[in-house]
Amino acid sequence: MTGDALGWWGVPLAVGAGAIRVSTPFLFVSLGEVVTETAGRINLGLEGTLVMGAMSGYAISYYSGSPWLGVLAAGIVGSLLGALHAGICSLPKVNDIAVGIALLLFGTGLAFFLGTPFVAPQAPNLPSIPLGFWSHVPQIQAALKVNALFFIGVAAAPLLAWALRNTGTGLMIRMVGDNAEAARAMGYSPIQVRLWATTFGGFMAGVGGSFLSLYYPGSWSEGLSSGQGIIAVALVIFARWRPMYCLWASLLFGGAGALGPALQSVGVSQGYYIFNAAPYLLTLVIMIIACSPDRTLAGAPGELSITK
Amino acid sequence: MGGIIQRWLGVLLPLLLALAATMVVFGAFLAVQGVDPIQAYGIIWLGGFGTWFSWQDSLVRAAPLLLTGLCVALPAQMGLMIIGGEGAFVLGALGAVAAGLALASSGLPDVVVDIAMGIAGICAGGALIAFCGILRFKRGVNETISSLLLAYISIAFMNQIIAGPMRDPASLNRPATRTLPDNLMLGDIPGTTIHVGLIFGLVCCVAAYICVYFTKFGFAARVVGGNARAGRVVGLPVERMIVAFCFAAGGAAGLGGMVEVAAVQGAVSSDIATGAGYTGILVAFLARMNPLAIIPVAVLLGGLDAAGGLLQQRLNLPDATMLVFRGVLFVMLLASEAFQGRLTRYLVPRRRLAEVV
Repeated sequence: MTGDALGWWGVPLAVGAGAIRVSTPFLFVSLGEVVTETAGRINLGLEGTLVMGAMSGYAISYYSGSPWLGVLAAGIVGSLLGALHAGICSLPKVNDIAVGIALLLFGTGLAFFLGTPFVAPQAPNLPSIPLGFWSHVPQIQAALKVNALFFIGVAAAPLLAWALRNTGTGLMIRMVGDNAEAARAMGYSPIQVRLWATTFGGFMAGVGGSFLSLYYPGSWSEGLSSGQGIIAVALVIFARWRPMYCLWASLLFGGAGALGPALQSVGVSQGYYIFNAAPYLLTLVIMIIACSPDRTLAGAPGELSITK
Repeated sequence: MGGIIQRWLGVLLPLLLALAATMVVFGAFLAVQGVDPIQAYGIIWLGGFGTWFSWQDSLVRAAPLLLTGLCVALPAQMGLMIIGGEGAFVLGALGAVAAGLALASSGLPDVVVDIAMGIAGICAGGALIAFCGILRFKRGVNETISSLLLAYISIAFMNQIIAGPMRDPASLNRPATRTLPDNLMLGDIPGTTIHVGLIFGLVCCVAAYICVYFTKFGFAARVVGGNARAGRVVGLPVERMIVAFCFAAGGAAGLGGMVEVAAVQGAVSSDIATGAGYTGILVAFLARMNPLAIIPVAVLLGGLDAAGGLLQQRLNLPDATMLVFRGVLFVMLLASEAFQGRLTRYLVPRRRLAEVV
């Protein structure tokens, strides 16, 4: 492991590298979910979308030989699942949380079923950019190999923040999420806006999934996701529905996830699992501190079922 | 009389439609894979409910779902949406094993130790969900998210405990607790291969049904669920009721965890997180939060679970086939919710509808 040669210095290096590597799926899923939740709906099925994206991205990359085509396919499959969620939720009296859990089970089941033939073969992976070329230390070189998707995600965060704040589409999404009645009075259809917002969320989750199978860990297996799709939903709350905060929170959660293995590699094996749960604990503590009985979290969309 | 038929038709018709739609969609899915859907459905029926053997398998698999379903259905009476049953399930198993191992050599009768294990499981699971309820009214933290977060935290806590303080030194590669001695394991219902955990589940469901629909306490809970402010105005102790219902809900899931460890697995390892807590959410939704309706729904899902093995054996389909079937079924059933009580409007002439209402 990285810690061997560098001793204790390996820990911050591994955490930093982990923050960059592990955070990418969080970043994509949470940026998508920010848009979905801003429009007033919560999609808990993103875990299933993520796994489905990972599987289909891997399969397409294997057949076509182009990992970027795989990423695109993962996004398309993800948007289909998102649209399915939105379609069912637009029926009257249907609970979005229950539909999310049903689609979570459906997505993972379908991915496991269709993915059986792809467990063994190796598909071409996404290339990485070696930013550590200046260093002679192999650990630093390894840590600074950064995938292009990470940069796309980092660029998407401010872009999304700007679009939600300043464009007409962004205003429309926020209005539908804050007060559907007002939006309807203005002539917008909340159902339609939410359909597009959830589809976008599905697309991003699919792309996030393809990162898992095509870069890190870089192969398809049934145990590929360890709940990143669910963490990302919590992360959006942690980030108070702000895309830029999603970026910082993803890095923080990625780093927290990398802390356990990094400490283990220098011989500290105590608390390994607790470090893995750190993102959940952090989110819970933040919610306990920031909520109060008379008001909900600041920045929460008014129509969101989980904050009402 | 006509009113009752009307009501039942209104509830059952969408369910049957959802089932039919599932059969069509999943049948098409199988046909694309080159599998004869009719043959596959025959095997699913056989594997789930075709023989006494498969019935026993289905009922064993239904047992934990009865209890985790209650973990969602009980708080729902008060308008709370708890989705962290998996955490209560895992903590219940851990608490039960801790109690069982601690008392194993105490010389107490086995039944007493088993009861202590059950109580430990109920308290561990109940405390977790009650905490969500307390957070809800003390801090205004949404119980759906807090219970989901706590489920993940509980699983991490369980992994930490079984890798550290409670680890069996003999479990080298996969950390696990020591195994419960055989005399503490729950037995089968005489004449069957179904463990007594099924009876726990059935009793809890019936008791919950009676409590919710036939007691003053249950009535008060439904008043609060309908309108919490109205409940406060008429002087109901809303906070205490939330804690009581959440504790009962988590206790049911915790008891499910105790059954899983004391009747099936024998020790707690990471396998204890079977996903029963998450399936329980759908059980409760499909039962429309009615504790009694949880029983048939859980048996149905247990049967689907049981059929997976046979399907794999006979048709050489992957294990995940039943996951796909279950997923399609859930999606269809939830979508059918939209048509509850609406279809009869088209079947029965309006004039008669006015009469029966």
